[in-house]
Amino acid sequence: MIEVTDERDLHLADFEQFEKTQEGKSPAWAHAIRRSAIERFSKLGFPTSHDEEWRFTSVAALAKVPFEPLGAQQSQVATSTLDLFRIRNCAVHLMVFVNGRFSRAFSSIQNLPTGVQLLSLATALQSDSQVLASHLARYASYEDHAFVALNTAFIEDGAFINIPRDVVVELPIHLLFLSTNLAKPLVSHPRNLIVAGPNSQASIVETYAGSGEEIYFTNAVTEVVLNDNAFIDHYRLQRESLRAFHFSTLQVQQGRSSSFSTHSIALGGSLTRNDVNTTLNGEGSEAILDGLYVISGQQHVDNHTRIDHAKPHCSSRELYKGVLDERSRGVFNGRIIVRPDAQKTDSKQTNKNLLLSEEALANTNPQLEIYADDVKCTHGATIGQLSADALFYLRARGIGLETARNLLTYAFANEITNRIKIEPLRKDLEKLLFSRLPADEKARL
Amino acid sequence: MLEIRNLKAEVEGKQILRGIDLKVEPGEIHAIMGPNGSGKSTLAQVLAGRESYVVTAGEVTFEGKDLLGMAPEERAREGIFMAFQYPVEIPGVGNTYFLKAALNSIRKHRGLPELDAMDFLKLVKEKMKLVEMDESLITRPVNEGFSGGEKKRNEIFQMAVLDPKLAILDETDSGLDIDALRIVANGVNTLHADHRAVIVITHYQRLLNYIVPDYVHVLSNGRIARSGGKELALELEEKGYGWIDEEVA
Repeated sequence: MIEVTDERDLHLADFEQFEKTQEGKSPAWAHAIRRSAIERFSKLGFPTSHDEEWRFTSVAALAKVPFEPLGAQQSQVATSTLDLFRIRNCAVHLMVFVNGRFSRAFSSIQNLPTGVQLLSLATALQSDSQVLASHLARYASYEDHAFVALNTAFIEDGAFINIPRDVVVELPIHLLFLSTNLAKPLVSHPRNLIVAGPNSQASIVETYAGSGEEIYFTNAVTEVVLNDNAFIDHYRLQRESLRAFHFSTLQVQQGRSSSFSTHSIALGGSLTRNDVNTTLNGEGSEAILDGLYVISGQQHVDNHTRIDHAKPHCSSRELYKGVLDERSRGVFNGRIIVRPDAQKTDSKQTNKNLLLSEEALANTNPQLEIYADDVKCTHGATIGQLSADALFYLRARGIGLETARNLLTYAFANEITNRIKIEPLRKDLEKLLFSRLPADEKARL
Repeated sequence: MLEIRNLKAEVEGKQILRGIDLKVEPGEIHAIMGPNGSGKSTLAQVLAGRESYVVTAGEVTFEGKDLLGMAPEERAREGIFMAFQYPVEIPGVGNTYFLKAALNSIRKHRGLPELDAMDFLKLVKEKMKLVEMDESLITRPVNEGFSGGEKKRNEIFQMAVLDPKLAILDETDSGLDIDALRIVANGVNTLHADHRAVIVITHYQRLLNYIVPDYVHVLSNGRIARSGGKELALELEEKGYGWIDEEVA
């Protein structure tokens, strides 16, 4: 076997360059975290298929591309491109990031309730807030996860959202990360921190998008901290270019009686890996994890979730659905841990996959680790095709085969989109899913 | 209107229909009776175009056209409607949405303009009254969470909206209480017209107290063993199927 140049070297070299640019831009503790993370990455290297967590997802194609970090220049983006990914007919606090950097020009933040901080991470790092120092990189562990380590080493920009006690942010906060107009394959490491104070409430939408056929690598990490009784409704839309690599980790820490829901929608990208982890670390807290992946061609989407029930009387509901066409592949790995203290845990996990072609492939793997005895935990997974009975029923009423197939596929996906509480976002997404169906459908309905 | 000649069909390699001959003209009501396993439902499924039922011989024409060569949706568009014995639940597809798509594809085929939302809603409300269907059901997904009776009523409601030339009711009466049976029968009778034919497939004579057939056919072992007028149904009610076949219902 020929020994190839170690792919991690490229990132290690980039790191030294990058760290120099951060002199005077971030506090000492941030430098220390970055350095510790790059050391960890240098030890871990890229995962291989021998790694249990990466058994079905090869990162070989990704590791080979000589991605470059963004230089000093500010990127431009056409308004028309931006409009493709904004939420239509919806007033929001919009933060736009172009090729990994916050763009003040394209962002529009409305009047915020008193005390709410909505800043670019770069700005927040410069001002060195106490909240930032006590939370950033404290939850998303880079011990075992090479991509979290890489992201942490390159912490530079993203969003910092700090919602004080008792404050309700009425308008959704939309974080839009665009990759566009690239001369060379770009790597960006968006890093977001959301801290929700006691009794606070907010809706947050993260969109990761790219136009055209560009090759780039988005490696995002978002940490969310919910203090007691906080309520966060979170959405994640992955609409990257069809040649992009998209890796992400969403790490959530939940306090007593807090409620966190996330809806992770993956439509784009050539290779996608999403990790969603929440720790129910206070009594009576609740987590809802929804996911939808609708892919075709040779797209690959891997969703890894981990729900850690650490305290009693918590509940979690998880529903991930996949629509896989052509030669696409979907991986779902759902781990639920119930700690010895976590009595009266109520947990339900479901993964359903719809295969639209003979070549599509789905892997589903529930992992339940239960160390408490008075709990209710259920899980179920299905991999199937469109119901022949339902197809015949529709056709027997005059609906054509193609339309019937589309209708049933759309209905399958709708179980997830129906749970989106921001109505304009739900409508946008329904339109988007609909537009993927053949024209015959749209003309008629 | 419908002409079946020497129709033979099998399911999973098993011969079920062994040579059916039947002629149905507009305005007629035919009842097809017979014990379990005689092939009643197979006949309905074959006419509707279910792919798992393989026709091995014979021919069927509908208004002179070769029916067996048509896809299920083409048959529906030509005017054939089968009320399912077991209506399918389709989560995520709204009743209204589904029915509008169905109606407009049939109207398009007939060269009629598609109905807009307003006209469609008017039609739907009118037809719902006919089967005394709760209006809330129309906003729900197709048959999801419907009771047995609600599902059967939904079939008749769909029939009323889609306005077929030939309606085939596949054991629509089974599992219905007497009130639901009356409502379903009333729906069929209201729709009965000179241009429309109805084939009622049933195991019991009970439904025929409410829907009076012009002809009754008794199916046995994949063939029509006897045909007669409505009095044949009464005879069956008295004597059972045993005198036609050893196999008793």
